[in-house]
Amino acid sequence: MSKTVTLTIDNQSVTVQAGVTIWGAARKIGINIPTLCHHFDVKPYSGCRVCVVEVQGARALAAACSFPVTDGLVVFTNSPKVREARRLVVELLLANHPHDCFTCARNQNCELQALAQSLGIKEIRFPQSKPTWPLDETSPSLVRDPNKCILCGRCVRFCSDKQTCSVYTFANRGFSSTVTPAFGKGLSEVKCTLCGQCSVICPTGAITVKDDTAKVLEAINDPDKVVVVQTAPATRVGLGEIFGNAPGSIVTGQMVTALKRIGFDRVLDTNFTADLTIMEEATEFLKRLGANKHMPMITSCSPGWINFMEMYYPDLIQHHSTCKSPQQMFGALAKTYYAQKEGLDPAKIVSVSIMPCTAKKFECRRPEMKSSGYQDVDYVLTTRELGQLIQSFGLSFNDLPSSDYDPIMGCGTGAGTIFGNTGGVMEAALRTAYEVVTKETLPALEFETIRGLGGLREAEIDLKGTKIKVAIAHGLGNARKVMDELKAGNPRGWNFIEVMACPGGCISGGGQPISHDINYRSKRIAALYTDDRNLPLRKSHDNPEVQALCKEFLGGEYGGHKSHELLHTPLKGHEH
Amino acid sequence: MGSVSPSPAQEFDLTKLNPIYDAYKHVVNGALIPVLQAAQEAYGYLPEPVLEAIGEHLNVPISQIYGVVTFYAQFHLEPRGKHIIRTCQGTACHVRNASRILESLKNTLGVSPGGTTSDLQFTLETVACIGACSLAPVMMVDHDTHGRLKPDLVPKILDNYRN
Repeated sequence: MSKTVTLTIDNQSVTVQAGVTIWGAARKIGINIPTLCHHFDVKPYSGCRVCVVEVQGARALAAACSFPVTDGLVVFTNSPKVREARRLVVELLLANHPHDCFTCARNQNCELQALAQSLGIKEIRFPQSKPTWPLDETSPSLVRDPNKCILCGRCVRFCSDKQTCSVYTFANRGFSSTVTPAFGKGLSEVKCTLCGQCSVICPTGAITVKDDTAKVLEAINDPDKVVVVQTAPATRVGLGEIFGNAPGSIVTGQMVTALKRIGFDRVLDTNFTADLTIMEEATEFLKRLGANKHMPMITSCSPGWINFMEMYYPDLIQHHSTCKSPQQMFGALAKTYYAQKEGLDPAKIVSVSIMPCTAKKFECRRPEMKSSGYQDVDYVLTTRELGQLIQSFGLSFNDLPSSDYDPIMGCGTGAGTIFGNTGGVMEAALRTAYEVVTKETLPALEFETIRGLGGLREAEIDLKGTKIKVAIAHGLGNARKVMDELKAGNPRGWNFIEVMACPGGCISGGGQPISHDINYRSKRIAALYTDDRNLPLRKSHDNPEVQALCKEFLGGEYGGHKSHELLHTPLKGHEH
Repeated sequence: MGSVSPSPAQEFDLTKLNPIYDAYKHVVNGALIPVLQAAQEAYGYLPEPVLEAIGEHLNVPISQIYGVVTFYAQFHLEPRGKHIIRTCQGTACHVRNASRILESLKNTLGVSPGGTTSDLQFTLETVACIGACSLAPVMMVDHDTHGRLKPDLVPKILDNYRN
């Protein structure tokens, strides 16, 4: 038992574990001390001074985000002195921040704007400084506007501490201080994996997702085009939050209806190709395991992870599965198989995907992703962009009826759904690998040992005599640990490894709605597992549409010639 | 800012860093700043490829090195002139027309404060006071102090440093 501490906050007594900060203790009794630089995903930094509180007996105001509680501490979070200091800090920030909320991507979803509103700031007593920095639009996924940066350093800490990529730094001093990649370079000129987590943790509009909705609308409004859209597993658990639903709300049916109303011609499901990925990947895994070639095998669905591997561990690239991601398998099939089945001219198909991911915007543009003879996926919209699009169409999302996906590539199993969770791809693969190898039905589909949010999880699975050791890592810091172990000769003897670039997996990808709920990741994860449990089919090899594809189009086998032509890719280092 | 663009990577002899690494190999953490100082001594400034190499060797992300280098005024990312001119903008010099001395320097050299001439002879800087107010207006070239300046004296003084 660790020690507990009792203190008084705003005349209320509260008992918490020793080591908790004033900020954490206050939350326990329903007091949300505002913060800008502090965020539950990163270590406290005490930079913005918005969270200042009065500690009885202390000489100066204290930063609640980093002040550890002690017995008998008496704290006031809203004394006149605190309120004045907090207001001054925010006023000074606003004097140095563009007042273009109307046209900002984070309008009504900006922590600075919300704070100014909640503090009741009606005027800014200081002259406003002029924007001085150019935008960085070099990245295919992200846009940086340093003028909107409040120097909170959340992105700096997330990128270095969680993702170990250290793309951002504080540079210069005093009034010239800025957050920037090294040498003031653009994001496309440094080793940025495009995971987009910085755009989620940024409290303002300083880092936003590159908006591709206009191009998609142009295609929808072009009568010559057939616009085919796919929706990634994690989108169904994120989108609802934009419309006020609690984290963990599944909104698949309303999402499909909304996409149809917006004018997408065919609404299909990436879960279909998630299932196909499992068939291809399980086949590849068993082949490689038998031949002991390029082992252990590592999953390749997460494009931020692929970028990380190419940038930081190019020598280990052969460990990747050659399977394309579900998005790219879908794209390759949309303009071949689907076009044939539906009698469509592939040149007229515009293939759009709704993704929880910012790196997908880059993935679809990779030169090797043209196996249909066209760019396989034309445009990627993030879940946040789709939310914005739905709002702009004036659709009352929560009142929409539920619709089903269109047939042929619209059927997905529960195994496909859980691709959105860390550990989900592995679990889906094991469900299929077990039944393929043992020719027996799995007694229980849930592989509980590999679920959860542990940074690096391991399990040994007995496929009736064939024991395989699996590992699951999420977040690039954990991925780096895995890669360093592989460099050291794989001492734990892993056979199969799942890596997702974003902590929590795709459910909290860089393109997902921004949540202020500390437990949002576990809530979204639990929801996808529930979605899986409620689906009639839960194993990828049971997907009838995937079976039909295999029979009619892939020559009756997975991992065969046609599969390699369309669904696999030789990973080559690309220029970053 | 400066009028000189950094030279391409291949022009830097990175082996010059080896004795510097050796001198600090016993330092577990915190070798970065002394290594940067020594590297600047060796190369005259801190070019990007040199910083990349230092980052790789010390296992410090290049972004953090950039943060350190831009924080401290002692580090320079661009080539520096053979001679450093520091012209005073302090109160005493200001009232004795320091701005005209600066104008004359800018015209003679063709660079603004912070800049380096394209022949790499001079770097022009301004300072707040050099403690020689009785000689105002004053400037320093390297370690020499030149006082009671007049704008038309500036070109002749600089000529003495050219070779």
